[in-house]
Amino acid sequence: MHLGIEHYLILSAVMFSIGLYGALAKRNAVVILMCIEIMLNAVNIAIVAFSRYVVPDVVLLTGHVFAIFVMTVAAAEAAVGLAIIISIYRSRQSVDVEQADLMKG
Amino acid sequence: MIELAFWVLALIMVGAAMAVVLLRNIFRAALLLVLCFFTVAGIYITLNADFLAAVQVLIYAGAIGILLIFAIMLTRDLHEGNPFNRLKVPALVISLLVLTTMIGVIVGTDWGGISSNPQAVEMPVDESTTSYVATALFDQDKGFVLPFEIASVLLLAALIGAVVLVQDRDRR
Repeated sequence: MHLGIEHYLILSAVMFSIGLYGALAKRNAVVILMCIEIMLNAVNIAIVAFSRYVVPDVVLLTGHVFAIFVMTVAAAEAAVGLAIIISIYRSRQSVDVEQADLMKG
Repeated sequence: MIELAFWVLALIMVGAAMAVVLLRNIFRAALLLVLCFFTVAGIYITLNADFLAAVQVLIYAGAIGILLIFAIMLTRDLHEGNPFNRLKVPALVISLLVLTTMIGVIVGTDWGGISSNPQAVEMPVDESTTSYVATALFDQDKGFVLPFEIASVLLLAALIGAVVLVQDRDRR
């Protein structure tokens, strides 16, 4: 049985759902950020798989370029997100997202 | 061979991702997330994306992994573990709904010749994609030079933002 694009897309969908579940159901802000990274990785797998199967000749690699931009934004997001989490931890002594309700009306 | 690599990597990846969500020890969850990033790099190699695999190991497994472990150390919430909030069951329902929808669409789509594209299925042996990625990024007509520059500005802004956010307010 050879590998088709479906294999990669279903793997990507499974990873995305695991990340989504973690991002929605966890209380620790650092774990939520980790789950968001899992979701971004899942999207990257789908992008690269499409790039491989739809445009198989090595010359046109726009999908890879997109994946690189996703990684760039993910790195920036991780840095700023963790800085915000550490800032919240300093003022509230907790990284529980249910206690971070400073802006609640 | 490549099929075997795919299945092993996929199993380890899904297992590690599940462990990130389910493990009680948050530090172990972070280490398994790094394992998950490594297996994603392996998946890129099965997709003939060697440059992306190297970047994945450097940025995700290296930089972001270290950053997450540092954040866990600095926030010292280890004793609280990795608890679920009160959305545990609704979130499970929603993610399963999303998963079944996506799998239904993927399986139901007629991929035609794309899925069994012989050029894609058989792996070219020794050709690095690095120079092709560079061409795709910096080509004068079809390249992504302006987005590349914007990305560098974004990284600079994130760097400054992170420094401003974590600096000690009292010692300013």
